[in-house]
Amino acid sequence: MILPWIPDHALPLIFAGLMGLALLLYGLLDGLDLGVGVLMRRADSDDKDMMIASIGPFWDANETWLVLGIGLLLVAFPVAHGIILGALYVPVAVLLAGLILRGVAFDFRVKAKADHKPLWNAVFYLGSLLASLAQGYMLGYYLTDFAPTWTAHLFAAFIGLCFVAGYALLGAGWLIMKTEGFLQQRAVRWARGALWLTAAGIAAISLATPIVSARMAERWFSLPNLYFLLPVPVLTTALVLLLDRVLAGMLGEEEVRWSWVPFAGTVLLFVLASGGLAYSLFPYLLIDRMTFWEAASAPEALRVVLAGAMVVLPVILIYTAYSYRVFWGKAEPLTYR
Amino acid sequence: MADAAVLDALMLARVQFAANITFHILFPTISIALGWVLFFFKIRYHLTAAEHWLRAYRFWLKIFALTFALGVVSGITMSFQFGTNWPGYMNTVGNIAGPLLAYEVMTAFFLEATFLGIMLFGRGRVSERMHTVACFLVAFGTTISAFWILVLNSWMQTPAGFEMIDGKAHVTSWLEVLFNPSLPYRLSHMLLASGLTVSFVITGVSAFRWLRGDRTRDVEVALRTGIFVAAALIPVQILVGDMHGLNTLHHQPAKISAIEGVWHREAGAPLLLFALPNETTKSNDYAIGVPKVASLILTHTLDGELAGLDEFPHGHAPVAPVFWSFRVMVGMGFLMLAASWLSAFLLLRNGRLPRLLLRGLVAMTFAGWIATVAGWYVTEMGRQPWLVTGVLLTKDAASAVPAQAIFGSLTMYLLLYAALLLSYVSVVFYLAQKAPHSTHHDEDRLPGAGDKS
Repeated sequence: MILPWIPDHALPLIFAGLMGLALLLYGLLDGLDLGVGVLMRRADSDDKDMMIASIGPFWDANETWLVLGIGLLLVAFPVAHGIILGALYVPVAVLLAGLILRGVAFDFRVKAKADHKPLWNAVFYLGSLLASLAQGYMLGYYLTDFAPTWTAHLFAAFIGLCFVAGYALLGAGWLIMKTEGFLQQRAVRWARGALWLTAAGIAAISLATPIVSARMAERWFSLPNLYFLLPVPVLTTALVLLLDRVLAGMLGEEEVRWSWVPFAGTVLLFVLASGGLAYSLFPYLLIDRMTFWEAASAPEALRVVLAGAMVVLPVILIYTAYSYRVFWGKAEPLTYR
Repeated sequence: MADAAVLDALMLARVQFAANITFHILFPTISIALGWVLFFFKIRYHLTAAEHWLRAYRFWLKIFALTFALGVVSGITMSFQFGTNWPGYMNTVGNIAGPLLAYEVMTAFFLEATFLGIMLFGRGRVSERMHTVACFLVAFGTTISAFWILVLNSWMQTPAGFEMIDGKAHVTSWLEVLFNPSLPYRLSHMLLASGLTVSFVITGVSAFRWLRGDRTRDVEVALRTGIFVAAALIPVQILVGDMHGLNTLHHQPAKISAIEGVWHREAGAPLLLFALPNETTKSNDYAIGVPKVASLILTHTLDGELAGLDEFPHGHAPVAPVFWSFRVMVGMGFLMLAASWLSAFLLLRNGRLPRLLLRGLVAMTFAGWIATVAGWYVTEMGRQPWLVTGVLLTKDAASAVPAQAIFGSLTMYLLLYAALLLSYVSVVFYLAQKAPHSTHHDEDRLPGAGDKS
């Protein structure tokens, strides 16, 4: 047997953790370049090139985390994969169309005829917008346990909008860090605009989950859990207020100091929100219907994947870090050399 | 009535999956071998320090980047559709398919995607040696990716190394799963197909540039590389294809019967050059064939027996599409043989090619795509009615997603794919058309400054 020291019943938990980590990394990494795409519409022509340049070397690898996250869902929890993606069939189709459009627009915009460039820029924006909306919608609808009601769809649509704002915040934070001057100042304004809708989305999810599930309400609001968990919403609120102040302070500054703070703060905000959500859902993969253990594949298959993951994932993290280090610092115009 | 509705959804799910996978395979077919060609150009530049190898590298890098992007985005679609269109597939063979797909993502996708960033934009930021290592890792990643996918596909054709417990496949030997009987043939056949596709793309685009008066050294070396690689690979491919066919005869005789249009058991079967297979009469209309040659090729005796399609208890593949796809593939193969050997011969003798031949090579730019897609149709449709030979029927793997939802997304995908394919082909030729101007432009700049367009 492979990895004999890991008991069978721990495997579904480990895979849920890996899947969660892959999806969180996807949200953060592809989130920043989806966000840059969503903000493209508001930028001047020259700034558009610089915005693309800031994400050029990374977007492809960023998207791979989605393949890993969905792949782990498929591999470790095939039954749930079928149910979840079956119920989300339409938003998944929209998501894929969005990802296809932005992925190809990224290359076509500089390779097709110069007068087609505005068209491909628009496609890049549209694709980013559709993908962000669809992802939020998928999370929102998943959290209502796929209830076939208008309220559920409205809630999901609202979370879709909040995802656009959240990714825009992440993308603006990235631009503040990676650019200078006029574009950086605009990014500060974009970030301020996106911050409050992002916060509203986090609040909406926090309020909706205990309404959907009495078990989740119990988990959060019973004593003494409440005392241990109180820091999560308090920290989140404090972080939103702090981000607002930091951004306000950056407005009009010639040379922005601590330009990494808005991005790092947004990452922390998303990590907190995801942690809270994971705590609410645990140990269910389908809300109050199917646990990780009930949905898991045969342990021997999971062991084979885990053995590979333990070797390969650290290597992936190392070379991903290497790639970000190679392109460290302010973005420069993109050139093939 | 209920059955008809299920069948419609099944058919739509199959058409949708076929559309996506057909669109997808076009791009990896190019990026697998083009990655190695770029690595070759880069190495040649290192060894000779001749500027034209670098210019050839830079021109083909643009096409590589575009191709890679299309491969990535269409590939993501596949990772979702396994579950949405074929839940029964993962339920039955998930213990085998799951780990293989996971290993593809973990060992190949991240590697190629991450180092692609460095390959495309990192020159000047990392050492020249590191950049070449990045080129190697990208090419290596695409090939590893092909390995995992072909392991899974070959296992579905010729499953091995497993046992069925309560209707689910459990692995008894991973070694047997990985190196299942058809893998060596299928993997070689596909990698060679990629090499041939790319050599014809390079030849065609370079011939196009040459015809438009772009007589630079980089066009010449690319053209020569394309022609000589094609001429060297095509006989190997024909040999491997033949061995693959014999392997299929051994493990999947029903597929061979469909390819050859053998409805009833036949000794000394003819090689049919033309026929219209007729599913209602279970015979071939208007058949023109060379007597006994099919038996000779497949059994190496003139009177060898081939099994009839009526002998397979679970039914057989739709004959006409398999029959014709096979002939399109083989026809393309021989056309490629003729074109590449004639070109290689004239190049060696005269050192240049006549305009008419160059025009023909331009027309054959995407000949490899046609052969590759036709070949995949033979192998995938030929496996029907099985999804996994002898283990899982396609109809038992389909999902309960309503036909309307599939129809809606199918229409969207088809429109999107048609538009993207058109854009891809026209941008490849547009890049070829403006290449001389941009290369000239480059030389005016300081060393290391790239072309922004």
